[in-house]
Amino acid sequence: MARTITMLQAINEALDQEMARDSSVIVMGEDVVGGSGAEGEMDAWGGPLGVTKGLYAKYGDRLLDTPITESAFIGAAVGAAASGLRPVAELMFSDFVGVCFDQIYNQAAKFRYMFGGRAETPVVVRTMYGAGLRAAAQHSQSPYSIFTHVPGLKCVMPVTPYDAKGLLIQAIRDNDPVIFFEHKGLYETEGEVPEQSYSIPFGEANVVREGNDVSIISLGLMVHRSLEAAETLAGEGIQCEVVDLRTTSPLDEDTVLESAENTGRVVVVDEAPPRCSIATDISALVAQHAFDALEAPITLVTAPHTPVPFAGVLEDQYMPDAARIAAAVRRVAGYAQ
Amino acid sequence: MSASDLRALVMPKWGLTMTEAVVVKWLVDEGADVELGAELVDVETEKILSAVESPASGALRWRAAEGSTIPVGGLLGVIADADVPDDAIVGFAATFEAEFTPETEAVAGEGPLPQYVEVNGRSLRYLKLGEGGEPVVLVHGFGGDLNNWLFNHEALSAQRAVYALDLPGHGESSTNVGDGTLATLAQAVADFMDALELPAAHLVGHSLGGAIAAELAGTAPDRVRSLSLIASVGLGRELLAGFLDGFVTARRRRQIKPVLEALFADPALVTRRLVNDVLQYKRLDGVEDALGAIARNLVADGQQTVSIRECLATYPGPTLVIWGAADQIVPASHAGGLPERTHVEVIEAVGHMPMMEASARVNQVLAAQFEGRLTA
Repeated sequence: MARTITMLQAINEALDQEMARDSSVIVMGEDVVGGSGAEGEMDAWGGPLGVTKGLYAKYGDRLLDTPITESAFIGAAVGAAASGLRPVAELMFSDFVGVCFDQIYNQAAKFRYMFGGRAETPVVVRTMYGAGLRAAAQHSQSPYSIFTHVPGLKCVMPVTPYDAKGLLIQAIRDNDPVIFFEHKGLYETEGEVPEQSYSIPFGEANVVREGNDVSIISLGLMVHRSLEAAETLAGEGIQCEVVDLRTTSPLDEDTVLESAENTGRVVVVDEAPPRCSIATDISALVAQHAFDALEAPITLVTAPHTPVPFAGVLEDQYMPDAARIAAAVRRVAGYAQ
Repeated sequence: MSASDLRALVMPKWGLTMTEAVVVKWLVDEGADVELGAELVDVETEKILSAVESPASGALRWRAAEGSTIPVGGLLGVIADADVPDDAIVGFAATFEAEFTPETEAVAGEGPLPQYVEVNGRSLRYLKLGEGGEPVVLVHGFGGDLNNWLFNHEALSAQRAVYALDLPGHGESSTNVGDGTLATLAQAVADFMDALELPAAHLVGHSLGGAIAAELAGTAPDRVRSLSLIASVGLGRELLAGFLDGFVTARRRRQIKPVLEALFADPALVTRRLVNDVLQYKRLDGVEDALGAIARNLVADGQQTVSIRECLATYPGPTLVIWGAADQIVPASHAGGLPERTHVEVIEAVGHMPMMEASARVNQVLAAQFEGRLTA
């Protein structure tokens, strides 16, 4: 039976249900237990935001607090996965991937290929991304295109609590390494989520709004802003189709192309900087395979090619918002060859 | 229809959460003569696109604009004789709209909600509408749930209590289907009736639900006041090749959509929302196994392996069989060769879901069945 919970609760519930179902599932990372030596609740805070709260009381030492050395514990998680466990490692901020990138992209991503399909690495790296929380340049990035570029990694970006639970359960059951991106600005988003366990297959984009005038292809937090823009534009007589990619690897090319062919006008909205990004990748896909259907230039709405600013007024300018998305859609909708 | 007899065509309420819908397309010109039950206009909620049928015979004298959003109970059109003066029509519409108060969202949410009952270690979800009279139990088909009766449940409950349940392995009931046989599922329906203290009821079953209802009528005829089978399985060997397998194994929108489209004569009825609802259900842990177990008991080598003809031969009560002539899943020819006292209703240009595709007609026939007004 479905009830309304937050994305944070949905992620917690997915971890809880998979740990209950499968004793090989373990959780590791900085402060995932949060043992402070204090009594009661304070003794297991469950990570900086409380995402893993309550799990220590149920599963004890299947949750491991690690030192602040991503290189060591991400490496340990990859090794544990290669030798039979299903670790869910928490890389607190995806910005920190630099110190453990070898373990992810040159080890975990390669094992299946280098050992002739005989090695599996069922590791999940849960990690926060995204700007908007005044966390400055080293804690606000959206580096998912770096991971998407690497064959052998699967990249997941839930937008709703329903998707967060089903995609995380799929990630844990998947036999390949999965990077699970959680936007800091979405943890408190509420939505209906079934109490039962369920899994959503990767590579299935979600058409979150139907429309015949302009396609907005988007991901992560930007899906919410795209929907906001679409609502405004509907009042002006422009009907937008909003596609949430859900996973960037595997990528649901068919749904993107179907939408592009239907509307002939495409706007891609991405929170990350524009060079070598998901936005440019989607743009190339549409240009290659739906060129004949296009009625207007593909238009990208992205962050500028700069680090995320710390000054609040600049950070707000940095992130695409509904007004910028709506302005881009109006240009594309009104474009005549 | 007399000159003073003007009938309002109003927005129906399909399901608990519906508050309004958009007028998509009129199927009949203004001024045209229409028959009772004729499809007049396509309207669309966020869940479903369906036609609204005429509540009377006469001329369609006034129509709400295409593209407009009309609340539940609001005025869609006016039906009257051709000789009623235009200003009487306009006045009728104006008075209706002036006196109409749409139900608010808060009120809409206060309607009856589905409940859960614990039966033999299983939790079964059901929705009860209406009170009194001889009770009716609606049994959905393979992969369906109580929402399949969206266009029927409220209409049928005007005179009596009508229960729609989710079978084991379906909707929000427990996924445990035991051995998945008709006997087990029929027992689950009997247990459900026990739990709700229904010694006997009119049973209506669609597709798999038809076979379940017939099984119960055959084994416990005293519990079944009348039997109504809609596009039932168990009356012949043919079944659309690959349908059950396709339904059981599909995990993605592109896989399930063609399967669902085969259910309807008009594939446009399969909206994205319908596809998403089915996928959400199918993604739940245990559902694929439950459906697989039921499917294995229904078909082998692409042919149906169960028969309810013996049950129908021995069941002494009133029996009604409804079929869509354009059913691609189970052919309407299976309605042949039934006991003579069976009332058979075959509806043209309708697929495997007559209760959705021709709800007005199906509701009329079912009401007549419950009231003992049908003859063979």
